[in-house]
Amino acid sequence: MKFGVVVFPGSNCDHDAWYAVVHNLGAQAEFIWHQERRLGDVDAVILPGGFSYGDYLRCGAIAKFSPVMAAVRDFAAAGGLVLGICNGFQILVECGLLPGALIRNRTLRFICREVPLRLETTDSPFTSAGERGQTLRIPVAHGEGCYVADERTLDELEAEDRVAFRYLDNVNGSLRSIAGILSRERNILGMMPHPERASDPLMGSTDGLVVFRSMVAALAWKR
Amino acid sequence: MSAITPELVEAHQLTESEYRRIVDILGREPTYTELGIFSVMWSEHCSYKSSRLHLKKLPTRGPRVLQGPGENAGVVDIGGGWAIAFKIESHNHPSFIEPFQGAATGVGGILRDIFTMGARPIAVMDALRFGPPDDPVAGARNRRILEGVVSGIAHYGNCFGVPTVGGETVFDACYNGNPLVNVFALGVFRHDEIFYARACGVGNPVIYIGAKTGRDGIHGASMASAEFTEESKQKRPNVQVGDPFLEKLLLEACLEAMKTGAVVGIQDMGAAGLTCSTCEMGSRAGTGIEIDLQYVPQREAGMTPYEIMLSESQERMLLVAEKGREEEVFRIFRKWGLDAVTIGFVTGDGLLRVKDHGAVVAEIPTRALADDAPVYHRPYTRPYRRAPMEAPEFESRDLEADLVALVTSPDLCSKRWIWEQYDYMVRTNTIRGPGADAAVLRIKDTETSVAMALDGNQRYCYLDPRQGARLILAECCRNLSAVGAEPLAVTNNLNFGNPERPEIMAQLVETIEGLAEACAFFGTPVTGGNVSLYNETLGEPVWPSPVVGVVGLRKTGPVAPLEFPRPGLAVILVGGIGACELVRFGGTEYAKVVLKSLWGLPPELDMDYERRVQAAVREIVNAGLAASSHDLSGGGLGVALARCSFSEAAVGARIELDSDLRAELLLFHEAPSRVLISTSDAAAVTAVAARYGVEAPQIGYTQENRLEIVRAGRRLVSLDVRALREQWENALPSLLAAHGN
Repeated sequence: MKFGVVVFPGSNCDHDAWYAVVHNLGAQAEFIWHQERRLGDVDAVILPGGFSYGDYLRCGAIAKFSPVMAAVRDFAAAGGLVLGICNGFQILVECGLLPGALIRNRTLRFICREVPLRLETTDSPFTSAGERGQTLRIPVAHGEGCYVADERTLDELEAEDRVAFRYLDNVNGSLRSIAGILSRERNILGMMPHPERASDPLMGSTDGLVVFRSMVAALAWKR
Repeated sequence: MSAITPELVEAHQLTESEYRRIVDILGREPTYTELGIFSVMWSEHCSYKSSRLHLKKLPTRGPRVLQGPGENAGVVDIGGGWAIAFKIESHNHPSFIEPFQGAATGVGGILRDIFTMGARPIAVMDALRFGPPDDPVAGARNRRILEGVVSGIAHYGNCFGVPTVGGETVFDACYNGNPLVNVFALGVFRHDEIFYARACGVGNPVIYIGAKTGRDGIHGASMASAEFTEESKQKRPNVQVGDPFLEKLLLEACLEAMKTGAVVGIQDMGAAGLTCSTCEMGSRAGTGIEIDLQYVPQREAGMTPYEIMLSESQERMLLVAEKGREEEVFRIFRKWGLDAVTIGFVTGDGLLRVKDHGAVVAEIPTRALADDAPVYHRPYTRPYRRAPMEAPEFESRDLEADLVALVTSPDLCSKRWIWEQYDYMVRTNTIRGPGADAAVLRIKDTETSVAMALDGNQRYCYLDPRQGARLILAECCRNLSAVGAEPLAVTNNLNFGNPERPEIMAQLVETIEGLAEACAFFGTPVTGGNVSLYNETLGEPVWPSPVVGVVGLRKTGPVAPLEFPRPGLAVILVGGIGACELVRFGGTEYAKVVLKSLWGLPPELDMDYERRVQAAVREIVNAGLAASSHDLSGGGLGVALARCSFSEAAVGARIELDSDLRAELLLFHEAPSRVLISTSDAAAVTAVAARYGVEAPQIGYTQENRLEIVRAGRRLVSLDVRALREQWENALPSLLAAHGN
C-alpha cells in the first residue's frame, strides 16, 4: 500500500502527511515532485497543505497548471483515490475536480484550532472506517477555508450524500458548515481540516486516522 | 564621486573620531561607497559598540555548548548526535514604521539565521510589547500596530511552515511610541550538518542566492541605531518587504545544497545585506573577498554600488562553494527556481574588494569592518527610575473584583485572539503549544523533546534592572521545570533606550550583570542574542526590557496539562506561600492594574531555594505525580489558581490559606519559586519536596465549577469558573472591538 505525497514549491505539510502515513498508519509513502508527469506506482495521492507557489494570485490557482496535476487528473479519472488537505482542497477546487470555492475566512483572520467535525457519510473510501454522525476532533489551520458554492451545487452535494464532514462550530463561515466534500464518483475528497495532524497520540487526537484507515481498507478491497 | 564632507559623515551617523579611525585604517579618505559600508558595519545594530564590553560578562561556555555567540545562532548538543540552533532577534524599529512588514521580515531574518547554520527551523516564539490598546491618546495607533504585527508574524511564519508556539504579549505606556517585536527561533539538525559562515579556501567562488537586490531597506541597520523623531516617518522606504514563499524555497534549496558537500560556508544577508555577509565571512576565516557588482542580480536598473552594498532586500544568501563544484550547487537552486550566480571569489589578502564592472569602488580590510569596530566604554551612573520607594495607602474593598480585573487585564487575559492566527502545529511536533508556561516540541527520530520559554518584565527591571534580570531568568527556568524540562541554555534580547545617556547605560549594564549572575548560578550559558538600543521616541525611552529565551530538554511523552483536569485532586503549592513586604509589592500586576501605581522594588529571589523548588517540581512532574502543573508569575497565587481553573471541564478548587499576610498581598504578591501542582498522590508529592528541603503545603482540593479561596473562615473569593473563563477569553477581542480603528 503506497501513498504518493505531492510536493509543490511552498507545500509545508508534505512531511506531516508522509510521517502520518508511514509512522502512524504503518503504510508506505513517497514524495512526488510537482514537475513529474507520472505518479509512479502509488495507490493513492495526497495533495498536502501549505502555500503552493506562494498562493500567489489565489490559493491553488497556480498549482492547477503544474505538470503533476495533469497526472493527478488522469489518476482520478481512472478511479484513483485523491485526498486534498487544506491547500490541497483549494487546488482541487481550482482544478474543477471538486465544485465550489474556498474564500477568506469570515473573520478575515487565519485560524489555527482543533475543531469538532461531524462525519456525515460513511459511503466513501475516505470515511468508511468511521460512523455516521461521529464527532471527530481534527485541527484546522487556514486563512481561506470558507467554503462557498451556489445553492444548486450545495443542494446537489447534499442530495448525492457528498458532504463528508461538517463543522460543529463553523469557524470560517463555510456555507452549510461544510468542511469536506467528495467528488461525484466519490474517489476524490477535499477537506480543510488536517487529518495528518490528528494521527499521533502525542498531538492530542488520533481522529484523523479514520480518513487514512478508510483509504487503506478501500485499497485493500480493490486489490 | 562626491567628496566626503563633515555633513555627509554626520548624515551617516558616524562621529568625527570614528571618521578619523576610518581614514587611519584605509590610509586615505574613504570613497562614498566605503563610507556607507563603514557606517552600517559600525552602526550600533551591527557592531554592538556600546554593549560589547559588558556582554563579555555573560557566561557562554558549558559542556553542551557547541557554538556560542559570534555565529549566526548558538548551537547546543541535545544528545544522540543531534543538536539545536536557536537565537532571538528584534525588529522593533521597522515594526513601528510599518507593523505588518516590519514584523514579517523580523521572522524572516531570524529563520535565515537558523537555517544558514544548517538547521531546519521547527519553532518560533515572539515577545511582543505594545502601548496599551485603550490608551486615551495613542490607543488607536497601538491597536493598529498590534494587529499589524500579529498578522505580519502569522503571514510569514504560516507560509514558511514553521509553527509559532508561544511567547508573550504585554502592554505598557512606555511602548506607546516604541513597540518591541522580538522573535525567538529554534532549529534542529545533526552534529555533522552544522555549517559556519566562513569564507575559507582562497580561490573558492562566492555565490549569491535568492531574491534580486533592490533599493529597499537601505540603511535599515543605521535606522535601527537611532532614536525616532518626527522625521522618522519619512523613513518608510527603509523598511523591507518580505516574501515567505521565497524564503521557504531558500530553506529547502540551502539544506539540499548543504548535503552535496560542495558548500564551504554560508551566511544570510540580513542587516547591512551584502556588506555584512561578505566582510563577516571573510573576517571569520581570516580571508578576503572580491566581488564585482555587475553580477549581482538587481531588481531595477541604475543602482549605484553604494545602494547595492547597503540594500537590505530580504531572502538573500551568500554562499562559498568548493572551486570546481559550483554546478552541483547551481543545479539544486535551479530545481527550486532560485537565482544563484557567482559574484566573486575568496582571496588571501584579507580585503573586501568591491568592483563595479572591473573598477574598484571599495577596498577595506574585512577584519577592520567586522571586528575592529569602535568599542565604547560609555559612562554610566545609576539606573534611571522615577518611582517612589514607599507604597501608597490602599485597601481592597472587593478582592473578587480585583481578581476579575486582573484576569481580564490586557497583560494577563487570554491571548488566544493572537496565537490562533499562528499555525502552531505545522510539522506535527507541537506537544504543548501557545497559551501555557512553556512550549514542548518533540524531535522526531529521537526520544527527546525540547521545551522553550520566553519572558520579560519591564516593571521589575525599571525598579531594579539587576534584580529584574535575575527574576526573569528564574521564571523562564521555572516555566521549563513546570513541564519537567531541564533548562539548558539561554538567548537574550536586550531592548533599551539611548545608551549615550548614562542613566540608560546603567540600566543596560546592571541588566547584563544580573543576567550573567543568574545564568552562571542556574548553569545555563548564553549562546547568543541581540541588543536593540535607541528605543526612544521624542526623548521617551522604553523601560529596560530584557527578554530572555531559555531552552530545555525532557523525554518525549505526554505533558501534564496546566489546568486542573478533574475534581477531587489535592492542590499543592510547591515552594510555599512565600513572604512579601509591602515595598516588594510595587512592581506587581496588582499594583499596575488595580492600584495603577508603581513603587519600591521587585520581589525577592533566593536563587538557591528557586533551584531546589525547580528540581523538586521536575522530579514530581517526571515521576508522573502531577495531574496538572503551573508556575506562579504575574498576578501571583490568585491569578494562577484562576488560570488553573480554565479548562473546558470547568474544574475549580476550594483553597484554604493559612498566612498572616494582608489579603491583597496573600492573593497577589509575586514572590518567585512557586509552582501549583494538582495530584492524586499528595503524600508522594510532599515527600519529594521534603527531600529537596522545599515547603509544599496542601492548600486545598479541586472541585467542580467554583473557585473558592478562604482564610481563617473568611471567604476571600468565590467565583464561577466558567463565567470567569469566558471573561478571560473575551477580554482582548472585546478590547480591540470596542475601540475599533
